[in-house]
Amino acid sequence: MTTQNQLDPNKKLDIESILEGLENYHPRRKGWTWREVPENGINMGPFHYRNMSKPLEKSLGLPASKYFDHIDPQPECVVTTEIASGRFEDDIRRMRMAAWNGADHIMVIRTTGQSHIDGLLEGTPEGVGGVPITRKQIRASRKACDMIEDEVGRPINFHSYVSGVAGPEVAVLFSEEGINGAHQDPQYNVLYRNVNMYRSFVDAAEAKKVMSGAKIFQIDGAHNANATAKAGWLVMPELMVQHGINCAFSVAVGMDKDLIGLSTVPPNAPPAPKLWYDLPYAVALRDFFSEFKMRAQQNTRYIEADIEEAIRTHTIDTLISMLTSADIQSTITPDEGRNVPWHYNNIRGVQTVKQTWAALDGIKELLSINHQGPLGEMVRDLKIRAVAFLEEVIETGGYFAAVEKGFFVDSAKYPERSGDGIARDGKGGVGADSIVMRDSDYFAPVCDHFGENHLPSNTKHACDLIDGCTLCKPEKIVYIDELDPEDSCNKRLEATFQYRKGGKVKPEAEWSGDGTILTQFFVPLTEEFAAAYGIEMAKKLGLEDPQVVNIEVMQPAEGCFVEVKGKIPFDVDIKSLKVPEKEVILPEEELREAVKKIGLKVVAATVGEDEHSVGLREILDIKHGGIEKYGVKYYYLGTSVPVSKLIDAAIETGAHAILISTIISHNDTHRLQMKKLADLCIERGVRDQLILIAGGTQVNREMAKETGLDATFGRGTKGIHVVNAMVKTLTARGKLK
Amino acid sequence: MTQDRIANFEKRRKELEKLSDAELKDRFWELCNQVVEPIVDLARTHTSPSIERSVLLRMGIDSITAHVVVDRVLEAGLLGKGAGQVVLEISKKKECDLQTAARTICDEKDILNGLFN
Repeated sequence: MTTQNQLDPNKKLDIESILEGLENYHPRRKGWTWREVPENGINMGPFHYRNMSKPLEKSLGLPASKYFDHIDPQPECVVTTEIASGRFEDDIRRMRMAAWNGADHIMVIRTTGQSHIDGLLEGTPEGVGGVPITRKQIRASRKACDMIEDEVGRPINFHSYVSGVAGPEVAVLFSEEGINGAHQDPQYNVLYRNVNMYRSFVDAAEAKKVMSGAKIFQIDGAHNANATAKAGWLVMPELMVQHGINCAFSVAVGMDKDLIGLSTVPPNAPPAPKLWYDLPYAVALRDFFSEFKMRAQQNTRYIEADIEEAIRTHTIDTLISMLTSADIQSTITPDEGRNVPWHYNNIRGVQTVKQTWAALDGIKELLSINHQGPLGEMVRDLKIRAVAFLEEVIETGGYFAAVEKGFFVDSAKYPERSGDGIARDGKGGVGADSIVMRDSDYFAPVCDHFGENHLPSNTKHACDLIDGCTLCKPEKIVYIDELDPEDSCNKRLEATFQYRKGGKVKPEAEWSGDGTILTQFFVPLTEEFAAAYGIEMAKKLGLEDPQVVNIEVMQPAEGCFVEVKGKIPFDVDIKSLKVPEKEVILPEEELREAVKKIGLKVVAATVGEDEHSVGLREILDIKHGGIEKYGVKYYYLGTSVPVSKLIDAAIETGAHAILISTIISHNDTHRLQMKKLADLCIERGVRDQLILIAGGTQVNREMAKETGLDATFGRGTKGIHVVNAMVKTLTARGKLK
Repeated sequence: MTQDRIANFEKRRKELEKLSDAELKDRFWELCNQVVEPIVDLARTHTSPSIERSVLLRMGIDSITAHVVVDRVLEAGLLGKGAGQVVLEISKKKECDLQTAARTICDEKDILNGLFN
């Protein structure tokens, strides 16, 4: 890569520059990449991990990682995030955020209806619920992924969909442009997109052949039955059959088993006794499909508008992956039940997996699944039902006949039928009657073509006749930039320029400058009134287009938790924002020198009726890098100490400073304690000889002035900050020079 | 009908219960392969407009031109020859490159008449 493509972690992606020179861009590699997993585990910070991969060069750990040397252990499996903003120029910024948090499989959802478009789309038109997949969109995204993977230090697998009535063309496009993974399952087209069944399978064979040529990892579409059937947990035998058909078909047309993944979802969700359904299914599947890869997805069927509920279910889904196996762990954004995914919810999904995986690292060494008893029986029962299902398919006259009779996506547990299965007519559907028998002299002079191909007998390599196809000679690929300049990324980028490069700021959920924010609150009203109140409140706050996205009744009469989204109608100029100047910390040696010179002594305690001691001890103790480390002598008086007692102690010991910790902030207790300290010192005439410092989780640096103290500190403060403040105050008072 | 199916299932289950886990797995894959075999044959011997457009893309013809060419080839009843072969034939006949041949098919309505006679 040239240096101009290197990203600076402190600079935003420059979308305009990514779009430059796309006509000459070609992917630097093709095919799928797994994570590097050291065989003997991995040491990070104070811990040894058993199921983790090589860490990233640049990443952001979980919030609690600050207590553990900022380690960011990365699961051994590939971790997926699905991005669907509808504008690729916004998608790629989200890809970077996701990669920094641990995603290395980035799936781009297609715009609604693309599977029924008979041909390729070009340019960068805006999509709905996803992006129109086009050559330009893929090139720009792949190019951005190249830069992002260099930045984080791990390859990114870029993924989309080879389905619909243009499957073979999309597959060729993906092969040419270095897409690394794709969904491909002809059954999906038939059942969920009503593409004609014969067309769907004939196209699929060609698409799969092209995909295998480019080593594109394939994921099937069976999991959609969970999401579609009324009782997703009953369709398990059928799911195994759907996986089996796509796997067998893929292998038959020449795909490597290593590149075939099952898209599998734990089908149930609490309050159901999830484990009793999901575990036997996961085990049965991994038994039958031991030669294939598992792409474990999280449950979407039972996601409601509550984000926390979704995350809890997804945590258990991830537990099931760890108890069994997952080569790829997909994540579902927890807001999928209420809106198209927002930027930060992609990150939350990735964090759920990262957090669960770290917590349960090595679980199989500590716990094992009990295959005896009920689990073994349930596994065996599922397998028998799946085999019996296949026997009935064959007895009925084969796959197509079975689809016509509504065998699939029936919500009852096989062999029961609810009669709500999706039946398709072989003569119907999109693209009906469009397959044509190949003549005895049919040929296609290109590589990765499936089926009968009667090239002239002296042809060595399929594309010799045309002196190389685009798969062998990428320079032959024809790049189309835009077809409709009005509906293009250039137009959209003009409109958002001020928010990206022009110094204006608006919050965003999906797109640059969309202005979307979410408010969360409790309101003491019944559900009906709570919703009406939410809208009214948001309007009064000045939010445009307010919508209630979630209401949870806490008690029918007492009130509800409400979430309302809306759009901010105003811009803020970055220049108008006042950021407090960064405190300059004196060099450690200089601080030690000063402390020694004056013999710095302090008294410290948690004040008021407050029993919290951990934060203050960290500021004081040498082992936490506290002030003791810099030579400061301290007298610690304990917790719930009255302010007056501290002042007495300071006078008695000849301390230079009083350090108070105040955690409880109820009724502004923390502020009152801080003011009291300053006032009492003035009253007793010792204000000028003492340095007064306060700290706490709800305290911040700006509070010093209003409370009359010398310095105040909030979260994340270290001993050195406190020593620094004391030395500076002493210097300012002329007691040190 | 439903009762028959359930009864049939019970019969099948009895037979399948006799199989070991390994045999059950083999049976599963044997049946899957049996189900897909005729479908693979169908795919091997048939083509579609999308397959043919994908061939043209690989021949270095842009997506928009490829779409029109395949429509013309289909209208002329020549899809069974392969759109790639058709374009190659025209390029030989007209002594032009593949892209020009493809555009000629779009522009000249009758050019495909009697091409393989």
